[in-house]
Amino acid sequence: MSLHQFLLEPITCHAWNRDRTQIAISPNNHEVHIYQKSGNQWVKSHELKEHNGHITGIDWAPKSDRIVTCGADRNAYVWSLKDGVWKPTLVILRINRAATFVKWSPLENKFAVGSGARLISVCYFESDNDWWVSKHIKKPIRSTVLSLDWHPNNVLLAAGSCDFKCRVFSAYIKEVEEKPGPTVWGSKMPFGEVLFESGPSGVSGGAGDGAGGGWVHGVCFSHSGNRLAWTSHDSTVAIAEGGKTSTISSLSSETLPLLCVSFITENSLVAAGHDCYPVLFVYDGTKGSVTFGGKLDVPKQTSQRGISARERFQNLDRRATSSETTEQGLESLHKNSIRWGCICVFLGS
Amino acid sequence: MAKNTLSSRFRKLDIDEFDENKFVDDHDEAVDNQGPDGTEIENLIRIGDTMTAFHLALRNPPLNTKNPAVKERALAIVLRVLTSFKSSDIEPAVKSLDRSGVDLLMKYIYRGFEKPSDNSSAILLQWHEKAFAVGGLGSIVRVLTARKTV
Repeated sequence: MSLHQFLLEPITCHAWNRDRTQIAISPNNHEVHIYQKSGNQWVKSHELKEHNGHITGIDWAPKSDRIVTCGADRNAYVWSLKDGVWKPTLVILRINRAATFVKWSPLENKFAVGSGARLISVCYFESDNDWWVSKHIKKPIRSTVLSLDWHPNNVLLAAGSCDFKCRVFSAYIKEVEEKPGPTVWGSKMPFGEVLFESGPSGVSGGAGDGAGGGWVHGVCFSHSGNRLAWTSHDSTVAIAEGGKTSTISSLSSETLPLLCVSFITENSLVAAGHDCYPVLFVYDGTKGSVTFGGKLDVPKQTSQRGISARERFQNLDRRATSSETTEQGLESLHKNSIRWGCICVFLGS
Repeated sequence: MAKNTLSSRFRKLDIDEFDENKFVDDHDEAVDNQGPDGTEIENLIRIGDTMTAFHLALRNPPLNTKNPAVKERALAIVLRVLTSFKSSDIEPAVKSLDRSGVDLLMKYIYRGFEKPSDNSSAILLQWHEKAFAVGGLGSIVRVLTARKTV
Protein backbone atom coordinates (compact mmCIF):
# COMPACT_ATOMS: atom_id res chain seq x y z
CA MET A 1 0.00 0.00 0.00
CA SER A 2 1.45 3.38 -0.84
CA LEU A 3 0.29 6.87 -0.12
CA HIS A 4 0.53 9.70 -2.61
CA GLN A 5 -0.85 13.15 -2.02
CA PHE A 6 -1.94 14.72 -5.29
CA LEU A 7 -3.26 18.08 -4.20
CA LEU A 8 -5.05 19.86 -1.42
CA GLU A 9 -8.52 19.75 -2.92
CA PRO A 10 -10.73 16.74 -2.47
CA ILE A 11 -10.67 14.20 -5.27
CA THR A 12 -14.27 13.64 -6.29
CA CYS A 13 -13.73 10.73 -8.62
CA HIS A 14 -10.98 8.73 -10.24
CA ALA A 15 -10.34 5.93 -12.71
CA TRP A 16 -7.32 3.74 -13.41
CA ASN A 17 -6.13 2.69 -16.83
CA ARG A 18 -5.65 -0.92 -17.82
CA ASP A 19 -2.29 -1.58 -16.16
CA ARG A 20 -2.57 0.96 -13.36
CA THR A 21 0.21 3.14 -14.72
CA GLN A 22 -2.06 6.09 -15.24
CA ILE A 23 -4.84 7.56 -13.18
CA ALA A 24 -7.48 10.09 -14.17
CA ILE A 25 -8.79 12.20 -11.32
CA SER A 26 -11.04 15.18 -10.93
CA PRO A 27 -9.99 17.64 -8.22
CA ASN A 28 -13.53 18.79 -7.44
CA ASN A 29 -13.79 21.11 -10.45
CA HIS A 30 -14.64 21.06 -14.16
CA GLU A 31 -11.47 19.30 -15.26
CA VAL A 32 -9.96 15.86 -15.38
CA HIS A 33 -6.25 15.51 -14.74
CA ILE A 34 -4.38 12.45 -15.93
CA TYR A 35 -1.28 11.45 -14.02
CA GLN A 36 1.36 9.09 -15.30
CA LYS A 37 3.47 6.95 -13.04
CA SER A 38 7.18 7.48 -13.48
CA GLY A 39 9.30 5.63 -10.99
CA ASN A 40 7.92 6.41 -7.58
CA GLN A 41 6.26 9.65 -8.56
CA TRP A 42 3.06 10.55 -10.32
CA VAL A 43 3.51 13.20 -12.99
CA LYS A 44 0.61 15.13 -14.53
CA SER A 45 0.47 14.34 -18.23
CA HIS A 46 -2.88 15.66 -19.54
CA GLU A 47 -5.65 18.04 -18.59
CA LEU A 48 -9.10 17.37 -20.01
CA LYS A 49 -11.14 20.56 -20.11
CA GLU A 50 -14.52 20.41 -21.74
CA HIS A 51 -17.15 20.16 -19.06
CA ASN A 52 -19.00 23.21 -17.79
CA GLY A 53 -19.89 21.76 -14.43
CA HIS A 54 -18.28 19.63 -11.77
CA ILE A 55 -17.24 16.19 -12.93
CA THR A 56 -19.21 13.57 -11.05
CA GLY A 57 -18.00 10.39 -12.69
CA ILE A 58 -15.02 9.04 -14.64
CA ASP A 59 -14.54 5.57 -16.07
CA TRP A 60 -11.60 4.31 -18.12
CA ALA A 61 -12.26 1.39 -20.43
CA PRO A 62 -9.28 -0.95 -20.04
CA LYS A 63 -9.31 -2.63 -23.46
CA SER A 64 -10.32 0.14 -25.81
CA ASP A 65 -8.53 2.83 -23.80
CA ARG A 66 -11.36 5.34 -23.86
CA ILE A 67 -12.40 7.55 -20.99
CA VAL A 68 -16.00 8.52 -20.36
CA THR A 69 -16.74 11.44 -18.03
CA CYS A 70 -20.04 12.78 -16.82
CA GLY A 71 -20.74 15.99 -14.99
CA ALA A 72 -23.15 18.30 -13.27
CA ASP A 73 -23.59 20.12 -16.58
CA ARG A 74 -25.89 17.24 -17.70
CA ASN A 75 -23.38 16.10 -20.32
CA ALA A 76 -21.11 13.16 -20.88
CA TYR A 77 -18.02 13.05 -23.07
CA VAL A 78 -16.18 10.05 -24.49
CA TRP A 79 -12.46 10.81 -24.79
CA SER A 80 -10.11 8.98 -27.16
CA LEU A 81 -6.37 9.34 -27.35
CA LYS A 82 -5.30 10.59 -30.83
CA ASP A 83 -1.69 11.59 -31.46
CA GLY A 84 -1.00 11.97 -27.77
CA VAL A 85 -4.00 14.26 -27.19
CA TRP A 86 -7.30 13.27 -25.65
CA LYS A 87 -10.16 14.32 -27.93
CA PRO A 88 -13.70 14.53 -26.58
CA THR A 89 -16.95 13.46 -28.24
CA LEU A 90 -20.15 14.84 -26.79
CA VAL A 91 -22.85 12.32 -25.87
CA ILE A 92 -26.42 13.62 -25.82
CA LEU A 93 -27.86 12.15 -22.67
CA ARG A 94 -31.19 14.00 -22.85
CA ILE A 95 -31.33 14.55 -19.10
CA ASN A 96 -32.49 17.70 -17.38
CA ARG A 97 -30.57 17.21 -14.14
CA ALA A 98 -26.94 16.51 -13.30
CA ALA A 99 -25.35 13.18 -14.08
CA THR A 100 -24.11 11.39 -10.98
CA PHE A 101 -22.28 8.25 -12.06
CA VAL A 102 -20.93 6.59 -15.21
CA LYS A 103 -19.67 3.08 -15.93
CA TRP A 104 -18.48 1.29 -19.07
CA SER A 105 -20.05 -2.11 -19.69
CA PRO A 106 -17.70 -5.15 -19.56
CA LEU A 107 -17.45 -5.35 -23.39
CA GLU A 108 -17.07 -1.55 -23.62
CA ASN A 109 -19.68 -1.16 -26.33
CA LYS A 110 -22.08 0.65 -24.00
CA PHE A 111 -21.95 2.78 -20.92
CA ALA A 112 -24.59 3.70 -18.36
CA VAL A 113 -25.02 7.12 -16.76
CA GLY A 114 -27.01 7.62 -13.57
CA SER A 115 -28.55 11.03 -13.01
CA GLY A 116 -30.58 13.25 -10.76
CA ALA A 117 -33.32 13.20 -13.39
CA ARG A 118 -34.50 9.91 -11.91
CA LEU A 119 -33.34 7.88 -14.86
CA ILE A 120 -30.43 5.93 -16.24
CA SER A 121 -29.10 6.74 -19.72
CA VAL A 122 -27.68 3.70 -21.46
CA CYS A 123 -25.53 4.91 -24.36
CA TYR A 124 -24.20 2.99 -27.35
CA PHE A 125 -22.38 4.00 -30.51
CA GLU A 126 -24.43 4.17 -33.69
CA SER A 127 -21.95 3.80 -36.51
CA ASP A 128 -24.41 4.92 -39.26
CA ASN A 129 -24.53 8.43 -37.88
CA ASP A 130 -21.18 8.26 -36.14
CA TRP A 131 -22.48 9.34 -32.77
CA TRP A 132 -23.48 8.04 -29.37
CA VAL A 133 -27.19 7.47 -28.79
CA SER A 134 -28.87 7.13 -25.41
CA LYS A 135 -31.83 5.09 -24.25
CA HIS A 136 -33.55 5.82 -20.97
CA ILE A 137 -34.53 3.52 -18.13
CA LYS A 138 -37.14 5.44 -16.17
CA LYS A 139 -39.65 3.23 -14.43
CA PRO A 140 -39.80 2.60 -11.52
CA ILE A 141 -36.96 4.85 -10.36
CA ARG A 142 -38.37 7.59 -8.14
CA SER A 143 -35.30 9.53 -7.14
CA THR A 144 -31.66 10.26 -7.98
CA VAL A 145 -29.56 7.30 -9.11
CA LEU A 146 -26.42 7.21 -6.98
CA SER A 147 -24.42 4.26 -8.27
CA LEU A 148 -24.32 1.64 -11.01
CA ASP A 149 -22.60 -1.65 -11.70
CA TRP A 150 -22.70 -3.94 -14.73
CA HIS A 151 -23.18 -7.69 -14.61
CA PRO A 152 -20.44 -9.68 -16.42
CA ASN A 153 -22.93 -10.63 -19.16
CA ASN A 154 -22.91 -7.02 -20.43
CA VAL A 155 -26.70 -6.80 -20.21
CA LEU A 156 -27.79 -6.55 -16.60
CA LEU A 157 -27.22 -3.34 -14.69
CA ALA A 158 -27.56 -2.83 -10.94
CA ALA A 159 -28.57 0.63 -9.75
CA GLY A 160 -28.67 2.09 -6.27
CA SER A 161 -30.90 5.08 -5.83
CA CYS A 162 -32.12 7.69 -3.35
CA ASP A 163 -35.57 6.11 -3.28
CA PHE A 164 -34.10 3.60 -0.81
CA LYS A 165 -33.96 0.74 -3.31
CA CYS A 166 -31.35 -1.26 -5.13
CA ARG A 167 -32.56 -2.69 -8.45
CA VAL A 168 -31.29 -4.87 -11.27
CA PHE A 169 -32.36 -3.71 -14.72
CA SER A 170 -31.88 -5.13 -18.14
CA ALA A 171 -29.93 -2.79 -20.41
CA TYR A 172 -30.16 -5.01 -23.47
CA ILE A 173 -29.59 -3.00 -26.64
CA LYS A 174 -30.51 -5.06 -29.66
CA GLU A 175 -28.49 -2.86 -32.02
CA VAL A 176 -25.16 -3.78 -30.48
CA GLU A 177 -25.48 -7.25 -29.04
CA GLU A 178 -27.03 -10.68 -29.24
CA LYS A 179 -29.90 -11.77 -27.06
CA PRO A 180 -28.45 -12.81 -23.71
CA GLY A 181 -28.83 -16.28 -22.25
CA PRO A 182 -30.76 -16.78 -19.01
CA THR A 183 -29.01 -15.94 -15.73
CA VAL A 184 -29.87 -16.54 -12.10
CA TRP A 185 -31.59 -13.15 -12.08
CA GLY A 186 -34.11 -14.10 -14.75
CA SER A 187 -34.44 -15.17 -18.36
CA LYS A 188 -36.64 -12.55 -19.99
CA MET A 189 -34.63 -9.39 -20.38
CA PRO A 190 -36.22 -6.75 -22.59
CA PHE A 191 -34.73 -3.29 -22.22
CA GLY A 192 -35.72 -1.59 -18.98
CA GLU A 193 -37.13 -4.70 -17.31
CA VAL A 194 -36.69 -4.82 -13.53
CA LEU A 195 -35.37 -8.22 -12.51
CA PHE A 196 -34.81 -7.48 -8.85
CA GLU A 197 -35.80 -4.79 -6.42
CA SER A 198 -34.74 -4.55 -2.81
CA GLY A 199 -36.79 -2.80 -0.20
CA PRO A 200 -38.80 -3.15 2.99
CA SER A 201 -40.83 -5.92 1.45
CA GLY A 202 -37.72 -7.83 0.46
CA VAL A 203 -35.53 -7.61 3.53
CA SER A 204 -36.11 -10.46 5.90
CA GLY A 205 -32.74 -11.29 7.48
CA GLY A 206 -30.71 -8.96 9.63
CA ALA A 207 -32.68 -5.96 10.82
CA GLY A 208 -35.98 -7.27 12.05
CA ASP A 209 -38.29 -4.28 12.00
CA GLY A 210 -38.45 -3.90 8.25
CA ALA A 211 -35.44 -1.72 7.55
CA GLY A 212 -34.24 -0.68 4.12
CA GLY A 213 -34.47 2.91 5.15
CA GLY A 214 -31.53 4.61 3.57
CA TRP A 215 -30.24 5.89 0.25
CA VAL A 216 -28.35 3.17 -1.54
CA HIS A 217 -24.87 4.59 -1.99
CA GLY A 218 -22.88 1.78 -3.57
CA VAL A 219 -23.73 -1.40 -5.49
CA CYS A 220 -21.51 -4.16 -6.77
CA PHE A 221 -21.98 -7.47 -8.58
CA SER A 222 -19.63 -10.33 -7.68
CA HIS A 223 -17.27 -11.67 -10.36
CA SER A 224 -19.68 -14.39 -11.39
CA GLY A 225 -22.58 -11.98 -11.37
CA ASN A 226 -24.62 -14.24 -9.11
CA ARG A 227 -24.38 -12.05 -6.05
CA LEU A 228 -25.20 -8.41 -5.57
CA ALA A 229 -24.07 -6.28 -2.63
CA TRP A 230 -25.17 -2.78 -1.74
CA THR A 231 -24.51 -0.32 1.06
CA SER A 232 -27.12 1.98 2.39
CA HIS A 233 -27.25 5.21 4.37
CA ASP A 234 -28.71 3.47 7.41
CA SER A 235 -25.28 1.92 8.01
CA THR A 236 -26.17 -1.46 6.57
CA VAL A 237 -24.54 -3.62 3.96
CA ALA A 238 -26.73 -6.21 2.27
CA ILE A 239 -26.18 -9.07 -0.16
CA ALA A 240 -28.72 -10.77 -2.40
CA GLU A 241 -28.19 -13.92 -4.44
CA GLY A 242 -29.82 -14.20 -7.81
CA GLY A 243 -32.45 -16.88 -7.82
CA LYS A 244 -32.80 -16.80 -4.06
CA THR A 245 -33.82 -13.17 -3.90
CA SER A 246 -36.51 -13.72 -1.32
CA THR A 247 -33.85 -13.87 1.37
CA ILE A 248 -31.51 -10.94 1.63
CA SER A 249 -28.69 -11.07 4.15
CA SER A 250 -27.81 -7.79 5.69
CA LEU A 251 -25.58 -6.52 8.43
CA SER A 252 -26.42 -3.45 10.48
CA SER A 253 -22.99 -2.12 11.26
CA GLU A 254 -21.88 0.10 14.12
CA THR A 255 -19.98 2.41 11.84
CA LEU A 256 -21.05 5.48 9.94
CA PRO A 257 -22.65 4.80 6.55
CA LEU A 258 -20.50 3.17 3.89
CA LEU A 259 -20.39 4.84 0.49
CA CYS A 260 -18.76 2.35 -1.83
CA VAL A 261 -18.50 -1.42 -1.90
CA SER A 262 -16.66 -3.95 -4.01
CA PHE A 263 -16.47 -7.74 -4.07
CA ILE A 264 -12.95 -9.13 -3.97
CA THR A 265 -13.88 -12.80 -4.03
CA GLU A 266 -17.30 -14.43 -4.19
CA ASN A 267 -17.47 -14.40 -0.41
CA SER A 268 -15.73 -11.29 0.72
CA LEU A 269 -16.18 -7.62 0.08
CA VAL A 270 -14.44 -4.39 0.93
CA ALA A 271 -16.41 -1.25 1.68
CA ALA A 272 -15.47 2.29 2.70
CA GLY A 273 -17.35 5.41 3.58
CA HIS A 274 -17.82 8.19 6.10
CA ASP A 275 -15.67 6.39 8.62
CA CYS A 276 -12.46 7.00 6.85
CA TYR A 277 -11.08 3.51 6.61
CA PRO A 278 -11.83 0.51 4.36
CA VAL A 279 -13.54 -2.41 6.01
CA LEU A 280 -13.70 -6.08 5.11
CA PHE A 281 -16.92 -8.09 5.24
CA VAL A 282 -17.30 -11.84 4.86
CA TYR A 283 -20.41 -13.45 3.42
CA ASP A 284 -21.42 -17.00 4.19
CA GLY A 285 -23.73 -18.27 1.48
CA THR A 286 -24.91 -21.36 3.31
CA LYS A 287 -25.89 -19.52 6.45
CA GLY A 288 -26.91 -16.39 4.62
CA SER A 289 -25.01 -14.14 6.96
CA VAL A 290 -22.72 -11.17 6.56
CA THR A 291 -20.10 -10.66 9.22
CA PHE A 292 -17.57 -7.97 9.89
CA GLY A 293 -14.11 -9.09 8.89
CA GLY A 294 -11.91 -6.29 10.16
CA LYS A 295 -10.55 -2.86 9.42
CA LEU A 296 -8.07 -2.59 6.61
CA ASP A 297 -6.31 0.51 7.83
CA VAL A 298 -4.62 -0.38 11.07
CA PRO A 299 -2.54 2.57 12.22
CA LYS A 300 0.96 1.91 13.49
CA GLN A 301 1.06 1.70 17.23
CA THR A 302 2.81 4.77 18.56
CA SER A 303 5.10 4.04 21.44
CA GLN A 304 3.29 4.15 24.73
CA ARG A 305 4.94 6.72 26.87
CA GLY A 306 3.93 7.39 30.43
CA ILE A 307 1.43 10.13 31.08
CA SER A 308 1.89 12.55 33.94
CA ALA A 309 -0.82 13.39 36.43
CA ARG A 310 -0.97 16.94 35.12
CA GLU A 311 -1.61 15.74 31.58
CA ARG A 312 -4.28 13.42 32.85
CA PHE A 313 -6.16 16.28 34.47
CA GLN A 314 -5.70 18.40 31.38
CA ASN A 315 -7.17 15.69 29.20
CA LEU A 316 -10.03 15.25 31.61
CA ASP A 317 -10.72 18.94 31.50
CA ARG A 318 -10.48 19.33 27.75
CA ARG A 319 -11.81 16.09 26.46
CA ALA A 320 -13.64 14.48 29.38
CA THR A 321 -11.42 11.43 29.14
CA SER A 322 -8.14 10.70 30.81
CA SER A 323 -6.79 8.39 28.12
CA GLU A 324 -3.41 9.10 26.66
CA THR A 325 -4.18 9.37 22.96
CA THR A 326 -2.21 12.34 21.80
CA GLU A 327 -3.46 12.00 18.22
CA GLN A 328 -5.98 14.81 17.87
CA GLY A 329 -7.33 13.80 14.52
CA LEU A 330 -8.41 10.54 12.98
CA GLU A 331 -6.08 7.62 13.24
CA SER A 332 -6.72 6.41 9.74
CA LEU A 333 -4.78 7.17 6.58
CA HIS A 334 -7.70 8.99 5.01
CA LYS A 335 -8.69 12.10 6.87
CA ASN A 336 -12.06 12.53 5.26
CA SER A 337 -14.83 10.39 3.83
CA ILE A 338 -13.91 7.82 1.20
CA ARG A 339 -16.43 8.26 -1.56
CA TRP A 340 -15.18 6.21 -4.43
CA GLY A 341 -13.40 2.95 -4.06
CA CYS A 342 -11.84 1.16 -6.94
CA ILE A 343 -10.55 -2.21 -5.98
CA CYS A 344 -8.06 -3.81 -8.28
CA VAL A 345 -6.92 -7.34 -7.59
CA PHE A 346 -3.48 -8.06 -8.95
CA LEU A 347 -3.12 -11.62 -10.20
CA GLY A 348 0.52 -12.57 -9.96
CA SER A 349 2.17 -14.50 -12.77
CA MET B 1 -50.27 48.13 -8.79
CA ALA B 2 -52.37 45.28 -10.00
CA LYS B 3 -55.29 44.11 -7.93
CA ASN B 4 -54.07 40.54 -7.54
CA THR B 5 -51.08 41.55 -5.42
CA LEU B 6 -53.39 42.61 -2.60
CA SER B 7 -54.63 39.15 -1.88
CA SER B 8 -52.22 36.82 -0.13
CA ARG B 9 -54.47 33.78 -0.12
CA PHE B 10 -52.21 32.10 -2.63
CA ARG B 11 -49.54 31.89 0.04
CA LYS B 12 -51.57 29.27 1.87
CA LEU B 13 -51.58 26.96 -1.12
CA ASP B 14 -49.22 23.98 -0.84
CA ILE B 15 -47.97 23.65 -4.38
CA ASP B 16 -45.95 20.52 -3.63
CA GLU B 17 -49.26 18.66 -3.45
CA PHE B 18 -49.83 19.39 -7.14
CA ASP B 19 -46.40 18.26 -8.28
CA GLU B 20 -46.99 15.18 -10.41
CA ASN B 21 -43.51 13.85 -9.68
CA LYS B 22 -43.99 13.98 -5.96
CA PHE B 23 -42.46 11.08 -4.04
CA VAL B 24 -45.26 9.16 -2.38
CA ASP B 25 -44.08 6.86 0.34
CA ASP B 26 -45.42 3.35 0.03
CA HIS B 27 -46.40 2.99 3.65
CA ASP B 28 -48.42 -0.08 4.37
CA GLU B 29 -50.70 0.16 7.35
CA ALA B 30 -52.05 -3.33 7.06
CA VAL B 31 -50.46 -5.36 9.84
CA ASP B 32 -50.10 -3.09 12.80
CA ASN B 33 -48.86 -3.37 16.34
CA GLN B 34 -50.78 -1.55 18.99
CA GLY B 35 -47.87 -0.99 21.32
CA PRO B 36 -47.14 -2.60 24.68
CA ASP B 37 -49.72 -3.40 27.31
CA GLY B 38 -49.73 -0.65 29.96
CA THR B 39 -51.40 -2.35 32.90
CA GLU B 40 -49.27 -5.47 32.83
CA ILE B 41 -46.12 -3.39 32.71
CA GLU B 42 -47.30 -1.24 35.63
CA ASN B 43 -47.73 -4.38 37.71
CA LEU B 44 -44.28 -5.63 36.86
CA ILE B 45 -42.70 -2.33 37.78
CA ARG B 46 -44.56 -2.31 41.08
CA ILE B 47 -43.23 -5.69 42.09
CA GLY B 48 -39.75 -4.64 40.98
CA ASP B 49 -39.30 -6.90 37.95
CA THR B 50 -38.01 -4.14 35.72
CA MET B 51 -36.18 -6.49 33.34
CA THR B 52 -39.35 -8.29 32.24
CA ALA B 53 -41.21 -5.00 32.04
CA PHE B 54 -38.39 -3.72 29.81
CA HIS B 55 -38.62 -6.64 27.40
CA LEU B 56 -42.39 -6.43 27.30
CA ALA B 57 -42.31 -2.72 26.64
CA LEU B 58 -40.04 -3.20 23.62
CA ARG B 59 -42.22 -5.81 22.03
CA ASN B 60 -44.88 -4.82 19.44
CA PRO B 61 -43.60 -1.37 18.64
CA PRO B 62 -46.17 0.72 16.76
CA LEU B 63 -43.94 1.36 13.77
CA ASN B 64 -46.47 1.13 10.96
CA THR B 65 -49.34 3.16 12.33
CA LYS B 66 -50.08 6.73 11.29
CA ASN B 67 -52.11 7.29 14.43
CA PRO B 68 -50.12 9.59 16.74
CA ALA B 69 -52.13 8.65 19.84
CA VAL B 70 -50.95 5.03 19.63
CA LYS B 71 -47.36 6.16 19.30
CA GLU B 72 -47.68 8.58 22.24
CA ARG B 73 -49.13 5.88 24.43
CA ALA B 74 -46.36 3.44 23.58
CA LEU B 75 -43.72 6.10 24.16
CA ALA B 76 -45.17 6.97 27.57
CA ILE B 77 -45.10 3.34 28.64
CA VAL B 78 -41.54 2.79 27.49
CA LEU B 79 -40.33 5.97 29.19
CA ARG B 80 -42.06 4.87 32.39
CA VAL B 81 -40.07 1.64 32.30
CA LEU B 82 -36.77 3.33 31.43
CA THR B 83 -37.06 5.88 34.25
CA SER B 84 -37.89 3.20 36.81
CA PHE B 85 -34.56 1.45 36.28
CA LYS B 86 -31.67 1.76 38.72
CA SER B 87 -28.42 2.96 37.16
CA SER B 88 -26.63 -0.29 37.86
CA ASP B 89 -29.30 -2.35 36.10
CA ILE B 90 -29.10 -0.49 32.81
CA GLU B 91 -26.04 -2.21 31.41
CA PRO B 92 -27.25 -5.81 31.79
CA ALA B 93 -30.61 -4.80 30.34
CA VAL B 94 -28.97 -3.38 27.22
CA LYS B 95 -26.72 -6.42 26.90
CA SER B 96 -29.75 -8.68 26.87
CA LEU B 97 -31.02 -7.13 23.64
CA ASP B 98 -30.20 -8.21 20.10
CA ARG B 99 -29.12 -5.83 17.33
CA SER B 100 -32.61 -4.77 16.26
CA GLY B 101 -33.61 -4.39 19.93
CA VAL B 102 -30.76 -1.95 20.49
CA ASP B 103 -31.85 0.02 17.42
CA LEU B 104 -35.42 0.16 18.74
CA LEU B 105 -34.22 1.24 22.19
CA MET B 106 -32.20 4.05 20.58
CA LYS B 107 -35.31 5.24 18.74
CA TYR B 108 -37.26 5.43 22.00
CA ILE B 109 -34.37 7.18 23.77
CA TYR B 110 -34.25 9.92 21.15
CA ARG B 111 -38.02 10.30 21.24
CA GLY B 112 -37.71 10.64 25.01
CA PHE B 113 -35.10 13.39 24.55
CA GLU B 114 -37.61 15.42 22.58
CA LYS B 115 -39.73 16.22 25.61
CA PRO B 116 -37.51 16.41 28.68
CA SER B 117 -39.14 16.27 32.09
CA ASP B 118 -37.59 16.78 35.50
CA ASN B 119 -35.58 13.66 36.00
CA SER B 120 -35.93 11.93 32.66
CA SER B 121 -32.90 13.47 30.94
CA ALA B 122 -30.35 12.16 33.40
CA ILE B 123 -31.50 8.58 33.23
CA LEU B 124 -32.02 8.76 29.48
CA LEU B 125 -28.43 9.93 29.05
CA GLN B 126 -27.26 6.91 30.99
CA TRP B 127 -29.37 4.65 28.79
CA HIS B 128 -27.94 6.41 25.75
CA GLU B 129 -24.38 5.84 26.88
CA LYS B 130 -24.91 2.13 27.41
CA ALA B 131 -26.86 1.63 24.20
CA PHE B 132 -24.21 3.56 22.24
CA ALA B 133 -21.50 1.31 23.63
CA VAL B 134 -23.29 -1.68 22.10
CA GLY B 135 -24.87 -0.17 18.99
CA GLY B 136 -22.23 2.33 18.00
CA LEU B 137 -22.71 5.21 15.60
CA GLY B 138 -24.62 2.91 13.28
CA SER B 139 -27.56 2.65 15.66
CA ILE B 140 -27.81 6.45 15.86
CA VAL B 141 -27.61 6.71 12.06
CA ARG B 142 -30.48 4.22 11.89
CA VAL B 143 -32.57 6.41 14.21
CA LEU B 144 -32.00 9.34 11.85
CA THR B 145 -32.69 7.47 8.61
CA ALA B 146 -35.55 5.24 9.76
CA ARG B 147 -38.62 5.50 7.53
CA LYS B 148 -40.83 3.90 10.15
CA THR B 149 -40.53 5.87 13.36
CA VAL B 150 -41.65 4.86 16.78
